[in-house]
Amino acid sequence: MLTLPQAMVDAIVAHARRDHPDEACGVIAGRDGVATRVFEMDNAERSPTFYRFDAQEQLRVWRAMDDADEVPFVIYHSHTATEAYPSRTDVTLASEPDAHYVLVSTRSDTDVELRSYRITDGQVDEEPITVV
Amino acid sequence: MAIEVRIPTILRTYTDGQKAVEGSGDTLAGLLDDLDARHPGIRGRLVTDEGSLHRFVNVYVNDEDVRFLGALDAPLKDGDSVTVLPAVAGGAR
Repeated sequence: MLTLPQAMVDAIVAHARRDHPDEACGVIAGRDGVATRVFEMDNAERSPTFYRFDAQEQLRVWRAMDDADEVPFVIYHSHTATEAYPSRTDVTLASEPDAHYVLVSTRSDTDVELRSYRITDGQVDEEPITVV
Repeated sequence: MAIEVRIPTILRTYTDGQKAVEGSGDTLAGLLDDLDARHPGIRGRLVTDEGSLHRFVNVYVNDEDVRFLGALDAPLKDGDSVTVLPAVAGGAR
C-alpha cells in the first residue's frame, strides 16, 4: 500500500496536466516509508509517448536524496492518451525495485486517474493508494 | 588509491549488498573488466553484447556523464569516483 499526502497527489496531477500532451515524470523522495518531498523532473525526451529523466538532473537529485538519507520512494510519470497502467516499456525499464511506480493518466480533462504499482523482475502488482 | 564505484540498488545483488566498491583501470572498460572479475556478471548489466554501454544505464565519472567523456574509453585515474545509475525511463509505447 502507498500512503501519500493530498498536497503531493495534487502536485503530481498538476505537473502531468501542465506537461500534457507530453509525458511528465518525477520522483517523490521518502524516508522510512514516508514521503518527504516531490522532485518534478525534466522529461529529456519531451515526448507524448516516452519519458526519460535528464541524466545530470537525476544525478543531482539522487545525491540530494542520499545526503538526506532519503530514497526514491515514488517514481511517477504520466500517460497522456492511455490508461494509468504500466506499458511493456515501463516494465522492461523499471530499475528501482524498492520504489512505488505511480502512473497518472491525463487522457480525460476532468477525471483524475492515478494508480500505483510495484514492478519487480518484470512482475507488475497494483497496490491501493491511501491519500491523507 | 583506487577508484570508488557507487552501485545502485538494483545491482547490489552482485556486490553482496555493498553500496560502493573499489576497482582499478585506466579506462571505464578496464574498470568494468576489473569489477567483473570480483563481482561476476555485473559487466553484462552495463555493457551490451555488441560491446557498448547499455543505453539505459547512466555512468558518471566525478559527476560528469561518461557519454561526454568517451563512453567506455573514458580515461580514469586513481582517486576518481564513478557512479552508476540506471536511467529512469519508460512511456506509453
